[in-house]
Amino acid sequence: MGTQLVQAVIDGVLTGGVYALMAAGLTLIFGVLDIINIAQGIFVVLGAYLSYVLWTDVGVDPFLGLLVTIPALFVLGVGIEWAFIRRLGERDRVTMSILVTYAVSLIIEGALDIAFGTNVVQLRPSYATSSFFVFGFYLPHIYVYGFVLAVVLLAGIYVLLYRTRFGASVRASLQDRTAARLIGVNVQRVSTITFGIGVAVTAAGGMVFGTTNGFNANSGADLISRLLSIVILGGLGSIGGAMGASLFMVVLEDIVATVWSPVWSPVVYFAGLLIVLSIRPVGLFGRAAARAQ
Amino acid sequence: MTTRRARAAATTAKAAFWVVVAGLLVAFPAIFTNTTVTSIAVFAVIYMAAATAWNSFSGYSGYVSIGHAVFFGSGAYTLVLIASDNHWPGGYGVFTLVPLAGLVAMVIAVPYGLVALRTRRHTFVVVTIAVFFIFQLLAYNLKFLTHGSQGAVTPTPPWIGAGYNDRFYYAALCVLAIAVAISVGMRRSRFGLQLLAIRDDEDRAAGLGVRTTRVKLSAFVLSAFPVGMIGAVWGYFLGSIHPQFAFNALFDLSIAIMSFLGGLGTISGPLLGGALLESLQQYFAIQYSQDNLYLVAYGALFLFVIVLLPRGVIPTVAGTLRSWRDRRGQVRAGSAPGPQPAGQASPARALSAASSYPAGGDD
Repeated sequence: MGTQLVQAVIDGVLTGGVYALMAAGLTLIFGVLDIINIAQGIFVVLGAYLSYVLWTDVGVDPFLGLLVTIPALFVLGVGIEWAFIRRLGERDRVTMSILVTYAVSLIIEGALDIAFGTNVVQLRPSYATSSFFVFGFYLPHIYVYGFVLAVVLLAGIYVLLYRTRFGASVRASLQDRTAARLIGVNVQRVSTITFGIGVAVTAAGGMVFGTTNGFNANSGADLISRLLSIVILGGLGSIGGAMGASLFMVVLEDIVATVWSPVWSPVVYFAGLLIVLSIRPVGLFGRAAARAQ
Repeated sequence: MTTRRARAAATTAKAAFWVVVAGLLVAFPAIFTNTTVTSIAVFAVIYMAAATAWNSFSGYSGYVSIGHAVFFGSGAYTLVLIASDNHWPGGYGVFTLVPLAGLVAMVIAVPYGLVALRTRRHTFVVVTIAVFFIFQLLAYNLKFLTHGSQGAVTPTPPWIGAGYNDRFYYAALCVLAIAVAISVGMRRSRFGLQLLAIRDDEDRAAGLGVRTTRVKLSAFVLSAFPVGMIGAVWGYFLGSIHPQFAFNALFDLSIAIMSFLGGLGTISGPLLGGALLESLQQYFAIQYSQDNLYLVAYGALFLFVIVLLPRGVIPTVAGTLRSWRDRRGQVRAGSAPGPQPAGQASPARALSAASSYPAGGDD
C-alpha cells in the first residue's frame, strides 16, 4: 500500500503539471479580461485532436506538432476575442462571457463530433506506453515529458509576465483595468494577446491529455469542471495559486483513487473544493478584494 | 389626463395579452393533435417552467447558477425511484409524487445554497458547477439507490398516442403556472426588490439593511421547488432516467440561455426564450439527429442572437416600443425640443426597469 501511495503521489505531481499549465491559461484570461472562459475545456480537446490528426495523417510527432498547433490555437483565440469577447459590455460581463464561450464550445464540440465521431481515440506515439523505472517506481515516459513541457512553458509564461514590458502591461491590467488604461496601457491589445496565450497553452495541454487519456468530443465538459475548480481553489486570477491548486487536487484525486476507488475520486475532488470554499471563500491562495464580486 | 387613460388602456391590453397567451397554452393540444408536435410542446413547457424558476433566482439576484440540474435530476429521481421501487401502477397516481419531488429539491437547496452563497458571483458560478458534478457522480455511483448507469424505469401509464402527450402537457403546464406565480409574486414584493438591489450592488444593499444572505438563500430555495417538480414530470414523461440525462450540463446552460435570450429578470423573457429555443432544439434534434449538427446550429443561433440583441428580446423590443411611443407622444403634444422627462406611463418601462439598471454595479 505504501508503495502504491508513493506511486499515486508521483503520478499526481507529473499529471498535475499539465493541469497547472491549462489552469494558468484560464486564470490569466480571467484576471486580465474579467471573464470566465467555459470553452477552455473544448480547446484542450481541440488541441488533442489537432495533434492526433498531425500524428495519424501526416506522421508528425506530437511534441514536434506543437510548433503548428500552439500558433494555430493562438490565432483561434485571438479570432474569438476579436469576434465576440471584445463586444461584451461591462454590464453582466461574467454572465455574458459564460454564455458566449459556452456557445462557442457547443459549436466546436458539434464540429469535432461531425468530423471525428464519438469513438474514443488516443494518441499513441512509441513513448506513450514505455516507462522509466526509478527506485522501484514507474515513471511513464509520456508523463515525464509532459511534465517537463509544462514546466518549460510555465517558465516561459513567467518570463513573459515578469521580465518583459508586455508582461508589465498584463500585470497592470490584472490588477486594475481602469487604472492600467489611465497610465497608458493599451488594455484592448493586452486583452487580445492574453486571450490568445491563454488559449494557446491548451494546445500543449491537449497534446499531453490526448496521449495520457482516451478522448472524444464530449471530454470537454469534464475538463472544464476540473479546470474551473482548480482555478477557484487557487484564487481567481492568481497564477501561482492555479499551479499549487493543480498539484493539490490532482494528487488528492490520485491518492483517493488508490486507497479507495477510482469511481469516487472525482467526488472527493469536488467535495474538497466545497470544504475549502466554505472555510475560505476566496480559495486557498486568493486575496480578498476590497469589493470582491 | 391622457397619461392616466393611456396607462389604464395599457394595463388592460397587457392583461388581455396574458389571457390570450394562457388560453392558447391551454388550448394547444386541442388545436394540434400531431404527436410529434405535442411531444415538442411538452418539452417546450418543461423548459419554460425550468427557465422561469431559474430566472426567479438568477435573473433577479444576478447570481448565475449553472447547477439547477441538481434540482431537476433530484426531482426526476425522486418520482421514478419511489414509483418503480414500490411497484406503483402507471397512471394518474404517480403524479401525486410531483409536489414531493419539488419539496426534495427544496430540502437539497438549503445546504447547497448555504455553501454556494458564501461566495460572490464568479466563484458562485463555479461552485454550482462543482455541486452539479458531485450529484451526477452520486447518481452514477450510489447503485443501491439509483441503479447507477443502467438507470431506472417508471411504471408505464395506460395512455397511448396523443392522449399520452396531452396528460403530460397539462401536468407540465400546472408546474409552469406555479413557477410563473412564484416569479410574479417575487417580482412584485419587497423581497423581489431586495433581490434586485443585491444584483445592482450587493455591498450597498447590505449597507442599506438588506439581509443579503437570507434573501439570496430564500430565493435559491424557492426557485428549486418548480425545477424539482418539472424534473419529476420530465422523468415520468420519458419513462426511464439515466444519470447523464437527469443531471445534464446542457440543461443548466440551456435554461440560462433561454432566460437571457428572452430577457434576464423579466417575467415574459424565460417564457419566450424557453418556448422558442426548446422547440428549435427539439426540431433540430429530430432533423439532424444523425450527425449532431444540431449542436452547431444551436450554438450558432445563440451567438447570432447575442451579437444582434445583447440585451435579450423582451427588453430590446420594449425599449424600441417605448422610444417609438415617446417620439409619437412628443410629435402629438408638439412639445419643446429635447428629450422629454421619463414618466412612469408605460408598462413596458416598468417591465424593463428591472434590466436597465446602471452599469456601475458590477465593477
